[in-house]
Order: sequence, then C-alpha cells, then structure tokens
Amino acid sequence: MPLTPVLTKRHVNGASDESPLTDTLIDCNISELHYGKFKAVRDVALKVKKGTITAFIGPSGCGKSTVLRCLNRMNDLVRGFHLRGHVIFRGQDIYGSRVDPVAVRRHIGMVFQQPNPFAMSIFRNVAFGLRLNRYKGPVEDKVEAALRQAALWDEVKDKLRTSALALSGGQQQRLCIARAVATEPAVLLMDEPCSALDPIATRRIEELMTELKRKYTIAIVTHNLQQAKRVADTTAFLYVDTSAGGRTGYMVEYGPTQAIFENPREEHTKEYIRGEFS
Amino acid sequence: MAAPIQGSGAAAEVDLEGLERSLRRPRTLFSYLMSLFTGVATIGALFPLFSVLYLLVVRGTAALNQGTLRELPPAAMTTGGGFGNAIVGTFVIVAIATALSVPLGILAAIYITEFGPDTRTASAVRFAAKVLTGLPSILAGVFAFAVIVVVTGEFSAPAGGVALALLMLPTVLLTAEEAIKRVPSRMREAAIGMGATPTQVVTKVIVPTAAPAMLTGVMLAVARAAGETAPLLFTALFSNFWMSRTAPDFLPKTLGDLMKPTASLAVMIYNFSGSPFENQIALAWTAALVLVAIVLIFNVVGQALAGRSAD
Repeated sequence: MPLTPVLTKRHVNGASDESPLTDTLIDCNISELHYGKFKAVRDVALKVKKGTITAFIGPSGCGKSTVLRCLNRMNDLVRGFHLRGHVIFRGQDIYGSRVDPVAVRRHIGMVFQQPNPFAMSIFRNVAFGLRLNRYKGPVEDKVEAALRQAALWDEVKDKLRTSALALSGGQQQRLCIARAVATEPAVLLMDEPCSALDPIATRRIEELMTELKRKYTIAIVTHNLQQAKRVADTTAFLYVDTSAGGRTGYMVEYGPTQAIFENPREEHTKEYIRGEFS
Repeated sequence: MAAPIQGSGAAAEVDLEGLERSLRRPRTLFSYLMSLFTGVATIGALFPLFSVLYLLVVRGTAALNQGTLRELPPAAMTTGGGFGNAIVGTFVIVAIATALSVPLGILAAIYITEFGPDTRTASAVRFAAKVLTGLPSILAGVFAFAVIVVVTGEFSAPAGGVALALLMLPTVLLTAEEAIKRVPSRMREAAIGMGATPTQVVTKVIVPTAAPAMLTGVMLAVARAAGETAPLLFTALFSNFWMSRTAPDFLPKTLGDLMKPTASLAVMIYNFSGSPFENQIALAWTAALVLVAIVLIFNVVGQALAGRSAD
C-alpha cells in the first residue's frame, strides 16, 4: 500500500509516484555541507528504505544531527547553510528550486532531542498538524488514533484538555511522536529522541519505534549504540575528520545493523564500537 | 623524613569554627543585619505606596456616590455634580490610544523578533522605541497638537488618543518583544518541523504562547496612559458636557461627537485639585480614587484573561 499522506494538502510536485524499481524512499547524497565557511559534513551517501529504521551513530560533532536535519530541510533555518548534493524523496530532489521546504516538512516529520510540546492542551498539541493542514474530518478520531499509536492514549484519555506541559518527560516525548504521526507523514526523523529520558521511558520509545515502522519510515540519530543495535535495520557510522584543520563529519560505513556491529569493515568503526561495548 | 607538604611548619591551620550559630561571628552578624535591612527597606518602599492609597480612600470616598459617577462636573460652590463625562472620556481616549498602539506595537515586535531580527530596520525600531520610552509625556501632547489639533482645527478625543498612543507604543512594543523572545526556541522548532509556514508559526504558536506576557505589557501601557494628564492638556482639553450631544446618551454617537474637546479623569483631577472651591477639590479626590480603581480592575481582569488563554 502506498504511504501517501492523506492529510497534506501541498504535495511536493509529483510526490505520489514512487520509483517502481526500488523501495528506496529517500536517496541522500551529500557531497559537501557548509555553514558559512565552515565545512560541517562531507561525503554522506545512503538510501533510506521504506518501512525500515535507519540509525545514525558516531561521536559528538560528527554531523549526525546535521545530516538528519538535511532530510527535511530543517537546516534551512541556520544562517549560511549550503548543501552540495541532493536528497531525493519519492523521485524528487527536496532541494530543488521549485520545492517548498514547508511542504517537505509536512511529508517528513520530526521528533526532537528535547521533548517540545506546545504550551497548550494535550488535545490541541496532537491536533496541531491537522489544523495546519486544514483537516476537515473528525479531529477527535485522528487525535485518538495518533495517541494510541504513540502508546499514550490510556495515560491521557481523561485529561486531554489539560496542559501538555504537566506531563512527564517520557510522556511529553510520546506526545511529540503522536503530534508528528497525527498527519501521517511518510517519514519520521528522530534526533536523539531518548537522550533526555530515563531508561524506562527510553525502552517505551524504542518499543514504539518498532511498532511505528510498520507504517512509517524512521531515521534516528542516537548516541546510544545499544539502542541502534536494538531498533535499527540499517546503520550509518559517521566520524570526524580533523585532518584539514577543521572538524568535518563524514560517513565511514553504512550497511545492515548486524554487519556494522559484528563485522565492521573500517578501522574507525571497529574502534568506536569496541570502545563502547568492551 | 616526612614529605614536606607545606613550605614552612608555621602555616596556620584553617579555622573552621564551631557548629553553633553565633551573632558574635562577623559574617553571621553581617548576614543577619543585611537580611534585616532588606526587610526594613521593603517596608520603607511600601509605606508611601500605602499612604497614597489610604489617603485616596479616606478623602475619595467622602464625595463618592452614584451621582458622582453619572453627573456632569458642578460649578463652583454648589453641591452635587460628578464626573460621568470624564469617565466616559477617559475610556474613549484610552480605547483610541490602545487601538492605535497595540496592533502597531505587537506587529512591529513580531517583525523585529521573527522576520527581520538582524535587519537595520529592526535595530532602528528598537533604538527608537527605547528613546521614546523616555519621552517627556508633554512632548507627546505637543506632537499630537501639531499633527492632529492644528490640522483638524479642533481639540478632540482622537488627538488625545494619538498623544497617548505615542506614549504607549514603546512600552507595548518592547514588552511584546521580550514576551516573544521568551517563547522557547524549541517550540518554534517544533512548529517548523511540523511544516508550519512562518505565518502559522507566529499565529499558532508564538503569539498564543507569548499572549499572557504581551497582555501584561499592554496593561502596563494602558495604566500609564489612563493616568497621563500632560499629553491631554493641548489635545483632548476638557469639556463640561457629555460627548454625545443627545443626552442622556452617554456615549459618543457620531464621528462629530468625537471631534470636540473631551473630558478625562486625569485632566479633571488636574483642574479641580487646583481649584479654591471645596466641592471641586472633594470631587478631584473622588476622581483620583475612581481612576485608580479603574486601572486596578483592568489589571486584574487582564491578568485573569491572560491566565485563561494560556491553557
């Protein structure tokens, strides 16, 4: 079944037809990424397959988050951002001159490191995306469905009208996931979604991700290698290159998670994973 | 030989003192005295505030009755009379000033924080607003006199409104700017990540989140404007009659009703407090009390509304 978002009004031009030859949903090829004169990332090329979880791992400052934020043009907000390369989503380069970044973000949702619910009720948080897209159908049903998908419904069903800020950190993060999936985007980007959470809340989010990948394609940045090992189908390892004087992140290795963890080809990957697990 | 940790054996040990609290220790005593001093200073600051309020209530209630709120200002040495027209006039003038300054101030604040924070326009606006906060209020009156009164040929409520708007604008703008800056950037990011357009980010997230703090700024500005006398002296002037020519309709009915000298509580207090006549002085006190009460009610209602809109 094609995962066309049913709610988004602004489709990226020609978004509906997917390449018949492959189940690649996002084809990302970043040859250089600059913030002003600073070269932040180089040589990241990978394909995110539909219905899978792709993890980005690597040391701090290696550009994992930067790469993730390229996938829905969140980096456009950073002054001086410039990308050489392409990110092809459903056959169209999202950095193409005719593409509206706002529309891209409606197809490719995002969950952030810090839970960031709006200062409004739980209900209105989840309904936010529906309202943005002028959804005319039964909002209540959509909100309930989204909260159920985020495994939060039972905890909040009796207090939908209370402020979202009163929830615990883990609940807030699941609320943010519910908010992101309410409009049924094709892809969910998660930028270290568990780093502000305790181990129990982390586990819940991880279980949730494996549930969600039936419906959504997920890309996640994580500092936690065990987490990547537990949830990801494919893993990309990024590292920092300081040889040219700067700090430029680049992709060392990319492949099935099992292969990356058990049989890495590159020395950097081996060292990094050994350091974490020994 | 023991390892020479200290250079000389004569180094004094650090005296960690006993565990009991004792005022004989200088720093304990100093801390105690400073706490006491802040308490005394607080009382000192509250004293003039409460004595003003006390005086207002004592003197103001003497002439306060239904008539004072509904009747027109009395002539000298008579009994009765009130300042109903000044209450209406104050509301009308302040409403005009609010209608002019609040949309302008808040929209400008949105521009200088959200759309062009680093532009030259933004820094020019910020600088101008800061300068304007220090503007002597009489100059606002002179400005409105030149721009409105001279042009229209009439002292009027809109002229007073423009003068007050000029005083409110910087307060509204700068507090709205602060309020918007205090919206956590992660909420902004969340909205953008949901695919909100810049306008949707502002209208659906930034403004609702900042609204309570913005409203506080508006209330501050309204409270200040309602009490200003100087800017009204050559703009709205004063009037001993209702704004509407068709009494007993209190409110202005036509544009023509607005375009003539208009009474206000502040100018009434100013006029009557300098009067040699007992009845007018008593009414000035009552008018002051009513003005303070109006501002207070506005603030309380505003805060309550702001608290509710935050949900």
